[in-house]
Amino acid sequence: MNIHEYQAKEVLRSFKIETLKGTVANTPEEAVAAAKEMGGTLWVVKAQIHAGGRGKGGGVKLAKTLDEVKEHANNILGMQLITHQTGPEGKQVNKIFIEQGCDIEKEYYVAALVDRATDRIVMMASSEGGMDIEEVAEKTPELIHKVVIDPATGLMPFQARQLAFAIGMKGKVVNKAVKQFIGLYNAFVAKDCSIAEINPLVETKQGDVITLDAKMNFDSNALYRRPDIMEYRDLTEEDPAEVEASKDDLAFIKLDGNIGCLVNGAGLAMATMDIIKLYGSEPANFLDVGGGANKEKVTSAFKLILKDPNVKGVLVNIFGGIMKCDVIAEGVIAATKDLGLDVPLVVRLAGTNVDKGKKLLAESGLNIIPADDLNDAAKKIVDAVKGGA
Amino acid sequence: MSILINKDTKVICQGITGSTGTFHSEQAVAYGTKMVGGVTPGKGGQDHIGLPVFDTVGEAVEKTGANATVIYVPPPFAADAIMEAVDAELDLAICITEGIPVLDMVKVIRYMEGKKTRLIGPNCPGVITPGECKIGIMPGHIHKQGRIGVLSRSGTLTYEAVGQLSAIGMGQSTCVGIGGDPVNGTNFIDMLELYNKDDGTDAVIMIGEIGGTAEEEAAEYIKREFKKPITAFIAGATAPPGKRMGHAGAIISGGQGTAEAKFAALEAAGCSIAKSPGELASTLKNSLN
Repeated sequence: MNIHEYQAKEVLRSFKIETLKGTVANTPEEAVAAAKEMGGTLWVVKAQIHAGGRGKGGGVKLAKTLDEVKEHANNILGMQLITHQTGPEGKQVNKIFIEQGCDIEKEYYVAALVDRATDRIVMMASSEGGMDIEEVAEKTPELIHKVVIDPATGLMPFQARQLAFAIGMKGKVVNKAVKQFIGLYNAFVAKDCSIAEINPLVETKQGDVITLDAKMNFDSNALYRRPDIMEYRDLTEEDPAEVEASKDDLAFIKLDGNIGCLVNGAGLAMATMDIIKLYGSEPANFLDVGGGANKEKVTSAFKLILKDPNVKGVLVNIFGGIMKCDVIAEGVIAATKDLGLDVPLVVRLAGTNVDKGKKLLAESGLNIIPADDLNDAAKKIVDAVKGGA
Repeated sequence: MSILINKDTKVICQGITGSTGTFHSEQAVAYGTKMVGGVTPGKGGQDHIGLPVFDTVGEAVEKTGANATVIYVPPPFAADAIMEAVDAELDLAICITEGIPVLDMVKVIRYMEGKKTRLIGPNCPGVITPGECKIGIMPGHIHKQGRIGVLSRSGTLTYEAVGQLSAIGMGQSTCVGIGGDPVNGTNFIDMLELYNKDDGTDAVIMIGEIGGTAEEEAAEYIKREFKKPITAFIAGATAPPGKRMGHAGAIISGGQGTAEAKFAALEAAGCSIAKSPGELASTLKNSLN
């Protein structure tokens, strides 16, 4: 789960990380009031959406007067902000963050993440702050420095110093940075992050070290024990169909094709998408109904798939392990009747109780195209959809 | 022959009195697995589905001589359960539980350093040596005794491979699901090393997924040391970047972990590539002719 920049800064401040004064605003009037309240002569108006690259997309503006604060707030609030992470349709900006400005001497990058190669948390830092770090990693990997952290000790000060020196910090700035690195690690562990990134971390002309922008992503498996983080969840930032699916405990991701897929198991669900593509069509979604699907779950899954107007056919692919094929067949029959399905439906069943399941489908009198194996299923649905087009 | 488990493996179940633990322990017994007991803290001394229940893993091992455990404990308590199994010095711990926080697993892996237990999973279907021993949630009846190893990060896609193999008369030596989480106990290389040494395995189907670099690392190993034919498939060629495809580990990020890169690495290592998930067994069969 992602949270907004202003929320991430709130979390990080409680771990002794230095940020500038800032206030979140929902209207231009609130923005001006916030700027007035914090004082100063320079403010930054920042769009709050769950995507990077906001500056380039026109979602971050400097203001030197309160009038400029109002003007930028007016322009940014409600805009459809397009960045390299939002997709071409962009994301609507509902909130802005008004922050004090500062005199930047140098920008750095620092992040903590779970490294699959070492099975540890790794902290990485770079002198190339403010840039797209993936580009830095590709073009100048030698400018990214890493320390691997032992969970038994946590990030040790010497490791934090190694990072600070490696990215070219000198003198008093080093100890200030060390404090921030350790704060970042502590926040990461205490809140079950999967990624926590400060970009840029800036050194000011006055010699302070400040977090100018922060992004945090949380392990969804651990949210049950982080109710404070759950309160930050912003449903307007998520795909409505995916939110709906999560209520029914379905793993669903909307895609751009026209063949809806209903599958059990994440690996088989991906493979089903892949084989549809191999036969020359595109999947409309990823959908894993999970191991314990029942009639109700199958019905909700069908509803989700059919909500997408692009869907011109549905492929059900079930390899029953714990899940029994006859139970799935009953679900498919009930859903087809309930929803008055009017696009081609191919059903491939295998595994536990497959014969019972196939029999139920055959006797249902419904227009269901049975398939024997994965190839057969993919071919039949692609043909049916193309034939109907 | 087989890897990891066989007809002599003595298995306990952690979480045996829960509904999942109960159901799958009954299934395992019916399959012929030597289930010797279970563990549920606080329920020691009871009998459950004909098996003795113990309070601790240590006691269960002492009283039954178990050398393997299967863990069906709910996610908040699963890391603790794995560590208890490691502490009791079992040879093998298989954790089926899905949804364990990744930082819990970071601790588990650290705790396991220098200890003897091998962990398979979490978030995996388990391990089966057909006709001898089934530990996990896979449907036993689709398997057939034989000489092909099946190794996968995914559950139902493993069944798909097994189903295709059995349908053309090719049985399996041992099938291992290593699980779909980013931090887990066993990687492809660990298992390939065992298959390499196993006289009962002639060839292997290896099924990877997008995300991470485990398949690329396996490719390096295969090129260097692996002596038997491998057919490989990677799920997720059509997955968009930045989206988690069900499994916590299945996500393309920062240009890393794409199916394309994994296919290329495995092909360069000499694996036969199944372009389609519908052709796992047929690709393997053709490569053997």
